[in-house]
Amino acid sequence: MSTVKPGYARPLDLRKGRVDLAFGAGGRAMAQLVTELFARALANDYLERGDDGAVLPAPGPGERLVMSTDGHVVSPLFFPGGNIGSLSVHGTVNDLAVMGARPLYLAAGFILEEGYPLADLARIVESMAAAARAAGVQVVTGDTKVVEQGKGDGVFITTTGIGALPAGRDPGGARARPGDVVLVSGRLGEHGMAIMAQRESLAFDSEIVSDSAALNGLVEALYAAAPADAIRVLRDPTRGGLATTLNEIAAQSGVGMELDEVAIPVSPQVRAACELLGLDPLYVANEGKLVALCAPEHADALLAAMRAHPLGSEAARIGIITADPQHFVQLRTGVGGRRMVDWLAGEQLPRIC
Amino acid sequence: MKYVDEFRDQALAAGLARAIAHEAGTGRDYAFMEFCGGHTHTLSRYGIADLLPPTLRMIHGPGCPVCVLPIGRVDMAIRLALSRPGVILCTYGDCLRVPASDGLSLLKAKALGADVRMVYSAADALALAQREPGREVVFFAIGFETTTPPTALVLRQAAQQGLANFSVICNHVLTPAAIAAILEPPGGNAPQAVHIDGFIGPAHVSTIIGSRPYEAFAATHGKPVVIAGFEPLDVMQAILMLLRQVNTGRAEVENEFTRAVTRDGNLKAQALVAEVFEPRASFEWRGLGTLPDSALRIRPAFAAWDAETKFGLDYTPVPDNKACECGAILRGVKAPIDCKLFGTVCTPETPMGSCMVSSEGACAAHYNYGRFRDVPVQVTDTAASRNQETA
Repeated sequence: MSTVKPGYARPLDLRKGRVDLAFGAGGRAMAQLVTELFARALANDYLERGDDGAVLPAPGPGERLVMSTDGHVVSPLFFPGGNIGSLSVHGTVNDLAVMGARPLYLAAGFILEEGYPLADLARIVESMAAAARAAGVQVVTGDTKVVEQGKGDGVFITTTGIGALPAGRDPGGARARPGDVVLVSGRLGEHGMAIMAQRESLAFDSEIVSDSAALNGLVEALYAAAPADAIRVLRDPTRGGLATTLNEIAAQSGVGMELDEVAIPVSPQVRAACELLGLDPLYVANEGKLVALCAPEHADALLAAMRAHPLGSEAARIGIITADPQHFVQLRTGVGGRRMVDWLAGEQLPRIC
Repeated sequence: MKYVDEFRDQALAAGLARAIAHEAGTGRDYAFMEFCGGHTHTLSRYGIADLLPPTLRMIHGPGCPVCVLPIGRVDMAIRLALSRPGVILCTYGDCLRVPASDGLSLLKAKALGADVRMVYSAADALALAQREPGREVVFFAIGFETTTPPTALVLRQAAQQGLANFSVICNHVLTPAAIAAILEPPGGNAPQAVHIDGFIGPAHVSTIIGSRPYEAFAATHGKPVVIAGFEPLDVMQAILMLLRQVNTGRAEVENEFTRAVTRDGNLKAQALVAEVFEPRASFEWRGLGTLPDSALRIRPAFAAWDAETKFGLDYTPVPDNKACECGAILRGVKAPIDCKLFGTVCTPETPMGSCMVSSEGACAAHYNYGRFRDVPVQVTDTAASRNQETA
């Protein structure tokens, strides 16, 4: 006589459990991790189907596809204002947004270290899900690998995104021209200093919080405020900070720039922390700031649109594009002198994102 | 930011610039040397050249610890780190990229397998030795009088704790000897000394040694010294004070940085340094040559923590790259732009000479902040005025 027992798998112990090598082996344990953690948190029809990939609808008429990818190795994994989960969504969403695209879908690749607490992994995945919901994107496919203890650093996440680029939008680093205006959406250096303060155990009266945020809403607000062609270049100044981003644009477009130090927004906390550590806020990473280079006649409207958006309330006009065969980015300093703002030399802060 | 913004105020800077222009309007030229790399950095970082009259020239001095470190000393550390796998060699970040022999640097030695680590302080190196009792932790100590007391402190702590796996390669150097060497180059083949009307004296170094050690120098050489803080207005105020001294025929030690520097300095730190260190008979400086009584070594009582004794390290002098002008630049005889390598094969990413390594080095400061001045640049300027309305 035989009895058929109902299928039962003991649920993952999301309180005390830890990542083990079986979670990356492709067997039942991995399927369980996907179902009970990833698919549950990131809930959508594509993940629900459990196939090897996601079949996506074609973009709207006249739209083109934009694709971008971003690996995340930030240390520490949790920091004031976010964690590697939210950061991995914002990183790729912002790369798509500054291409002018509406971000739609993400793929996420996880590299987990054996022994990493499942409770922390669950927090990371939950905040990834929350960030995706807020940005209006879906994580439609993914992959999980596990490496032996000591071969990773907890969690690495790579996200790849697809967005739709509406007809007429074509921002690009090579499109800046003399006379264009440089706008920045808010205070600089907050992500980098939040990480640095955490790592160096620096305590300030008011904590520095990472600015990690999805910029696609802000980008849409800009396109609603001016003709698409007036928006020449959009960038999110991440690693290397504003200085490096502007140098990239100057080189791509074959122009120079002149910035006004006094106009560049930096919070007193970040300024103080930079002062203490001997850093320049212009080189410190951001994860939720937008740099927009635009035609001068639309600069006021675009600045107003930025300031009307919750992520751009402290937006400022910080400089102007010049004709300069050397492609130098120059800065009028607070005391009234001039200097160059050069590319970042070397590594200011490893593993910032 | 309190105690910082006051020293970066644009209106005050403009007022000082006017006073400087007025004081310098005598029809003659002036040349002042800022001894310290910290002042070099301030001048470049804030574009202060734009606020000075064309008849006033600032000459960058040798007060950048990384810049004056000769190749032979870095070679010594690299040889130790590569030849003894048990050694963890710790040093400050700037030291890692100083070019040494055979195309190596401490950073490149690390890539070859040496255990080289960056520390933020001497205390970090000592803590590492406590954590890793099975390894030999060697701290490669550099710097002027500012970084010497912390090194003295960890040596004393290591001795008190009997910490046998910690030792120091001491490269600490002395400011007064170097300032004197600028005006009186040592040795038979003395390089041409540069004409200097006065010196901006170090800020942080002077908090330790006080203003007194410069008095003999000012009197002997008839050159005014004004000790200044590292903020832009400090530097401008010091320039004004130097001009006034020169114009009235005085050669005194004045102190602009009274908020931190006294005549006697930090006596506690001085006593600590004297307990652990003694003068070296001579020490080789990059650019300045071998100077007597210009550096410190670890006293015999602390020999067990002196890596040079412990590991029997020998010093072999190594000449700089022939085309590299770091030596002449450190003496103030040449400017970075006079060097053929500047901005071509020698950049902050691939430094050939030490002056291109630290942000306080004359070459790196000019490369990062000032090289736009070397080429004609058209500036279409409306940015400043338009910013007023929106900022």
